[in-house]
Amino acid sequence: MRVMAQMSMVMNLDKCIGCHTCSVTCKQAWTNRSGTEYVWFNNVETRPGQGYPRTYEDQERWQGGWTLNRRGRLQLKAGSRLKNLATIFSSPKMPSIQDYYEPWTYDYEILTTAPLQEHTPVARPKSLISGKDMKITWSANWDDDLGGSEHLSADPVLAKVSDKVKLAYEQTFMFYLPRICEHCLNPACAASCPSGAIYKRAEDGIVLVDQDKCRGWRKCVTGCPYKKVYFNHKTGKAEKCTFCFPRVEVGLPTVCAETCVGRLRYIGLMLYDADAVLEAASVTTDHELLESQRGVFLDPFDPSVIREAERAGIPRDWIDAAQRSPVWALINTYKVALPLHPEYRTMPMVWYIPPLSPVVDVVQETGEDAEAAGNLFAAIDTLRIPVEYLAELFTSGDTAPVTAVLKKLAAMRSYMRDINMGRDGDPSIPAAVGMTTREMESMFRLLAIAKYDERYVIPSAHAEQAHNLEELATECSLDYEGGPGMGGSGPFGEGSGTGTPLAVESFRTLKERQTSDTATDLNEPGARVNLLNWDGRGTPPGLFPGPGDPPDHGEPASGAHGTEPKP
Amino acid sequence: MTTSLDIVLWVVIPYVCLVVFIGGHAWRYTYDKFGWTTRSSQLYESRLLRWGSPLFHFGILAVFAGHVMGLAIPKSWTDAVGISETAYHVMAVGIGLLAGLATLVGMTLLIYRRRTTGPVFSATTRMDKAMYLVLATVIMLGLWNTVGSSLLSLSGEYNYREGVSVWFRGIFTFQLHPELMAAAPLSFQAHGMAAMAIFALWPFTRLVHVFSAPLFYLWRPYVVYRAKSDRFGARAARPGWDRSERTRR
Repeated sequence: MRVMAQMSMVMNLDKCIGCHTCSVTCKQAWTNRSGTEYVWFNNVETRPGQGYPRTYEDQERWQGGWTLNRRGRLQLKAGSRLKNLATIFSSPKMPSIQDYYEPWTYDYEILTTAPLQEHTPVARPKSLISGKDMKITWSANWDDDLGGSEHLSADPVLAKVSDKVKLAYEQTFMFYLPRICEHCLNPACAASCPSGAIYKRAEDGIVLVDQDKCRGWRKCVTGCPYKKVYFNHKTGKAEKCTFCFPRVEVGLPTVCAETCVGRLRYIGLMLYDADAVLEAASVTTDHELLESQRGVFLDPFDPSVIREAERAGIPRDWIDAAQRSPVWALINTYKVALPLHPEYRTMPMVWYIPPLSPVVDVVQETGEDAEAAGNLFAAIDTLRIPVEYLAELFTSGDTAPVTAVLKKLAAMRSYMRDINMGRDGDPSIPAAVGMTTREMESMFRLLAIAKYDERYVIPSAHAEQAHNLEELATECSLDYEGGPGMGGSGPFGEGSGTGTPLAVESFRTLKERQTSDTATDLNEPGARVNLLNWDGRGTPPGLFPGPGDPPDHGEPASGAHGTEPKP
Repeated sequence: MTTSLDIVLWVVIPYVCLVVFIGGHAWRYTYDKFGWTTRSSQLYESRLLRWGSPLFHFGILAVFAGHVMGLAIPKSWTDAVGISETAYHVMAVGIGLLAGLATLVGMTLLIYRRRTTGPVFSATTRMDKAMYLVLATVIMLGLWNTVGSSLLSLSGEYNYREGVSVWFRGIFTFQLHPELMAAAPLSFQAHGMAAMAIFALWPFTRLVHVFSAPLFYLWRPYVVYRAKSDRFGARAARPGWDRSERTRR
């Protein structure tokens, strides 16, 4: 047994309202740079729909992930290592910019510089690829909310579900699927990388691209079946979701999770047996993959696991965090979370609680009581198509685990309704799905109350490491033209030259500010206001120097208290 | 009779280029690992690239192998294993022509693509343009040497294995023969000069990706794990701050 810790996430799809806040904040934090205009480390897809990039789930076309070869051994679907190298000069299965979308901006300048004329000037869309005028025809979420439209026919998942019921199904439901990098236990992107630049951090399992080692061979883009590794066309390097490692290292949740309006994301540790991963990913039938991946996870309460974890150098507070991990609870204790496309055999580590709401909606439309356990159970069984569709997403087509999860969610819904209405809970409802009333109530607390500290159980990297980790190499998000990151163009093309530090403000300071009751303690003598950190709360002393304040004086800036901002 | 011009052209310049080539790579690798990439433009355009790039790359690899055969391996060695001059000649011209043509066609496609596809052209740096110019010159002169000199014998019989090759090996063994290059046909001299220019440019262009050929991929484990090397921080301690106890039990 080789115990490793994995930082992982669960998303509760019932709560996703498709607002794209996660995508926007992620983009602001990580990919608002030249070369990554088309890149969304986090995107939200309307399902059924084509996804981003279009039809990425069609692995017969894109050849992502793993497959079993003739001898039953795990091999990249794109081919052997030799084939991978032989096709290096022109990667044959790489999506083009049109499969993502051509990014654009608007010619806003014309609005102010246009001469006086009869008609109002118009800011035309300009391609960020060619710089020319363009017609906008697609984007990362062009089929947003169009669950039943013409774009639907291209959904590869839908194509697998039987054809005859498609029409009836189209009228029934739609839901949102937020996606980030899966930080897989068996990452196909890392396995495809000829340079060995993509690596999995041994401490927390986060998959990162070493920007200094990446040579732009583009094989990772093909290798990742989720198409979550992107090619920065300006720097010629691969980039991907970093699980916001500078934040996670100091115990803050990722930007997408922190800003999630629906509070649907859960972050926590999973302990797993690294030696068992390959075998688990090599099981013969796709339906076994869910159980085999569950089998790789280790019970953090098991004394032998704890002993092995300590032997593997996992700190004690990390084991504690693994025990309190909401991800462990949702995947293992309540068994309501399911992996996305386990059939890709990458052992993904961002899991999903499938949505019950489509079923509830249908029951509601019939005029029946949509909260009654019996009605919901019956509806889950009869609504074959939504369940089949969800099964194609989360269990490689096996409907039984999806049905089991939906029944648990339905049971929780009607059991808790009784309690919330002041009635006694009916213990037969949890019993019908194999749970005790106590379990049901604690699951309700985790899923519905979803306190911040219970959703995010993130042990910080050890203090002695954290500061150094912050400055590890990736790119600075302020590194735009003329920006404070001051990257610009080196002599050998865009982005060449030595790296700029990642962190402008210290993430540790950020955490202190976010978790303290008052403004950051600036009352210390000689304390300075860092305007990058100033959150607008109050007027910290030192924000405006007093009239008689000597510039370099060590005493508290008492004179500053009375100073008001001047217009 | 070697003139001082010959010495400058065929002794001084080769060594200058060699120093720039080696020193330039060392410098670039030290200070610009982030810029060390193929700078692929496949995301913009892949229809022409699908043909042009493999043609060019496989062609140039074969051309390189041919140059190793012709320049690095002395004639006496091939004679010793019993390869006759005619057999060698036929093989060299045949394979050289095929590889050279593949390279030329591939390069033409790639340059055409670069010029005509808007996004690809705007992603082209000045260094790229200079590099393409010199590289195209080298390739065309080389092909001319194969066709015009070796195949059609336009400039009389010239056996480069007794001329250019000896001079080339001499650069590395310090047995200098500038007179051999001075006596070579003009097209060979030009090819050599252009080649030296490309070697001097090499470390400052995207050609550096040649030295990242990821052959190690064939042997390494699929998934790479990386741990922080030192539990007490990834960086070396600053001077004067070394821990007194290096290993803990």
